[in-house]
Amino acid sequence: MSDVNRVVVTGLGAVTPLGQTVPAYWDALKRGTSGMGPITLTSTPEELTQKVVAEIKNFEPLEHFEERELSTLDRVSQIAVVAAREAIADSAITIDMPLSLRTACIIGSGVGGMMTLDDTYRRVYLEKKKRVFPLSIPRLMINAPASQISMHCGLRGPAYVIASACASATHAIGAAFHMVRSGAVDCAVTGGSEACISFGTMRGWEAMRVMAPEVCRPFSIGREGMMIGEGAAVLLLEPLERAQARGAKILCEIVGFGMSADAADLTAPDVGGMARAMQGALDDAGMTASDIQYVNAHGTGTAANDEAETKALHQVFGNHAKSLAVSSTKSMIGHALGAAGALEMVATVMAVRDGIAPPTIGYLGPDPACDLDYVPNEARAMNIEAALSNSFAFGGLNAVLVAKKFS
Amino acid sequence: MTDVTNDVIAIIAKKVRVENHPKIELSDRLEDLGLESLDAVEMIFDLEEKFDIQIPYNANTNNPRTEFATVGDVVNAIQKLVDKKKS
Repeated sequence: MSDVNRVVVTGLGAVTPLGQTVPAYWDALKRGTSGMGPITLTSTPEELTQKVVAEIKNFEPLEHFEERELSTLDRVSQIAVVAAREAIADSAITIDMPLSLRTACIIGSGVGGMMTLDDTYRRVYLEKKKRVFPLSIPRLMINAPASQISMHCGLRGPAYVIASACASATHAIGAAFHMVRSGAVDCAVTGGSEACISFGTMRGWEAMRVMAPEVCRPFSIGREGMMIGEGAAVLLLEPLERAQARGAKILCEIVGFGMSADAADLTAPDVGGMARAMQGALDDAGMTASDIQYVNAHGTGTAANDEAETKALHQVFGNHAKSLAVSSTKSMIGHALGAAGALEMVATVMAVRDGIAPPTIGYLGPDPACDLDYVPNEARAMNIEAALSNSFAFGGLNAVLVAKKFS
Repeated sequence: MTDVTNDVIAIIAKKVRVENHPKIELSDRLEDLGLESLDAVEMIFDLEEKFDIQIPYNANTNNPRTEFATVGDVVNAIQKLVDKKKS
C-alpha cells in the first residue's frame, strides 16, 4: 500500500441538536444528553401527531451570514457552511491557491432544501400565489450544500452531493477518503447536512408508522422506533504526509471504507447487506474483527434495524462481538438522515481520539434479540484503537467507515 | 355483508397475493394471506382514507399479524372506529 496515501482527519465541524460546535456536541454526547424537544420549525405543529424531534435549537443565521446572503441559503446549506468553516478553522489549514484547485468538497444529503420546497409548495398550492421566490430552485437543489460550501470556503476541486438516504454522509466521506488516498486530491472537506423538519416531511414520516412518540431507545427492551433529527457535520481529510509537513494536529486516521446494496426489500433491513458492508470496510483497512473495540451503530431504534444490526455484528465479529462496545448516537440526536453518518463519524473520531465510548441513552434493559454491550446510558472510558461507523439506508444502501487511532 | 366489510375486504385484497386468494373470506388469516409490514402500513393508510378515521399504529410495537388474526378481526376493529366517529 506504499503507493497510496494514508488519510488523516485534521479538522471537525458540527451543527447539531446538542450544540453548534464540535466541543459542545462532544461534551453533550459524553454526558449522555438528549437533544429531543417539541417541534418548533414547522408551521402548525399542533396538527402533527408526532410532537417531539431533535432540532438544532436557536440557530441564528444572522450570526453566520449577512442578510443579503440568506436569500440563497436554505437551512440545509446554512448549517453545512457553518460546519465546514469550523472544520477548516479547526484544522488550521489555509486553503488558498493552488491547494484550492486540489481540494474536494463531497457532502451527503438525503433530500436537500426541503424547507424551501415545503414553503414553495405551500405558497403555490395552498395560498394560490402566482409566483415563488426567485431563488427557490438554487436554494432547494440537492447539490446546494456542496455548492455553497465550495463558494463560501473557496474550494475549487471536485464538488458534489451524494444522496443515498440515511447513508448519504457516510458514502460522501468514503468517496472523499478514496480521493485523498489515491492522490486524486490533496485535501477534502466532506460530511453531510440535513434539515427537513418541515410539515410535509413530518407527515411523510408519520405515514411510515416507524417513529417513537417521545423517547428513542436503540437496542433497548421497549423501544418504540426512530425519531427525526437534523444537523450538519464536516471533516477535513488530508494525506498524512501533507498534514505532518505543515505540523497539523491529527485527530485520527481513516483506514477503511465498505459499501454494499441489499438488492432486497425497500425498507426492511437486511443482515447480509449490513454484514457485507462491515466486512468490506475491515478488509479495506486490512484489519480483522479483533482489531475493533468500538462500533458507532446505525442504531435507529426501530424494532427491525436494531435486531438486524445486532445479527450482522454477530456474523462479522463472531466471538469478538460480545467484547465490542456498541452505541447509538441517534439515542441523543435522533436520526439526522442524510447527515447522520457525518454527525456519527465526528462522534467516532472523538471516541477514538479521547478513548471514550459515548452511550446509548434511554436504555431500559436488554431485548433478547439485541444481546450486545450497548454502553447503556453512561459514557465509558476505554482504549479504542479502531472503530466502525455504520450507516444503513432505506433502499438497502449500506456504508461503513473505519477510524483508527493515529500513531 | 355490510359496506364496511366489503370495503375492508377490497382494501386487503389489493395488498395480498391475490393469485392464491381469488376470494377473501372473513375467516382468512392475515398471516396466510402473506401481508408484509409495508403492506400493512399501506393498508392502514387506505382504510384511514376510505373511512376518514385515525388508526393508531406503530410498526415497531404493533404487529397486525398477532393483533388481528383474521380479516374479520380487521373488519370489527374498523367498524368500531367508524361507529365511534358517527356517535
